[in-house]
Amino acid sequence: MGMEQLLEKYFRPGRLPHIWCPGCGHGIITGAIVKAVDKLGLSKDEVAVISGIGCSSRASGYLDFNTANTLHGRALPIASGLKMANPKLKVIVPSGDGDAAAIGGNHLIHAARRNIDLTLIVYNNSIYGMTGGQYSPLTPKGSKATTAPYLTIEPAFNLLDLAKAAGATFVARSTTFHVQNMVDVIAKAIEHKGFSIVECVTGCPTNFGRQNKIGSAPKMIEWQRDHGVMIGAWNRMDDETRAKALADGKFPIGVLYENNDVQEYTEAYDELIKRAQGGK
Amino acid sequence: MLKLVSKRCKGCGICANFCPKKVLEITEVGKCAIIPGKEDDCIQCGQCELRCPDYAIFVEKDK
Repeated sequence: MGMEQLLEKYFRPGRLPHIWCPGCGHGIITGAIVKAVDKLGLSKDEVAVISGIGCSSRASGYLDFNTANTLHGRALPIASGLKMANPKLKVIVPSGDGDAAAIGGNHLIHAARRNIDLTLIVYNNSIYGMTGGQYSPLTPKGSKATTAPYLTIEPAFNLLDLAKAAGATFVARSTTFHVQNMVDVIAKAIEHKGFSIVECVTGCPTNFGRQNKIGSAPKMIEWQRDHGVMIGAWNRMDDETRAKALADGKFPIGVLYENNDVQEYTEAYDELIKRAQGGK
Repeated sequence: MLKLVSKRCKGCGICANFCPKKVLEITEVGKCAIIPGKEDDCIQCGQCELRCPDYAIFVEKDK
């Protein structure tokens, strides 16, 4: 199905054009989510989209699923509650780098630790866009931001390593250049039974690109093209080449980690209920 | 055939940049348009539709 038909099927009528800035990649990621849902053949009633606050979190307002736009950083707790109440739902959480890694960082590690079956899509534009370009925990070291006029001195989180260490059982990354790959990994993340995180690298031309003199939106996408390396090619690199790639700011994309041997939280909870009721 | 939804286009230029046949341009009013005379150069590859963040350009395959 083409994007035009998908808009009819999965978007709320009369809500476009969206509020995102010219060249913002958030529309590409939201389109990829819809394509992934369609690829899996899910109906609108089977899917819930729960978001927090930020540019990314506006996605839930455009999508015609069961949606809620909740509190800054708190989308995962609310999504967890929803999943506990109705484990049959496929719960997708679109979140920004600030929303997921800063104010919601604590919720992220605990949702990952429990391995609850949620799909967190991190729209990583390396900056707080909505509030005017403050640096986030995913802003690369040495970047300019409204709150870092003399460049940031903090290293960024590797959010996927963090989530994996905390217990996430599906970890993937893609970019707004590699759209087909993004659709593919988001579909796999939704299908995965357990906590899934997909980091979608996107550009914020208004607040990150302009301050860091990267140039126009197409230039930001070209940067993604030149720095995202498919995981297969990444794994074939020898240590020296990989170290150089990392130093050049390159990163692996695709499914980076998957573990299907860990019990999912709502299943464990069902067992707990049975145990508490004396095994009946 | 390319279908442009001008109302939604914000003129970011992503489609024009990634068009392999250079069929598209951003006009003076800041909207995507087909360069006059290049209508038949489009090979319907869908690169524009794939990355348009505003869902403002679609490739309608010829039947």
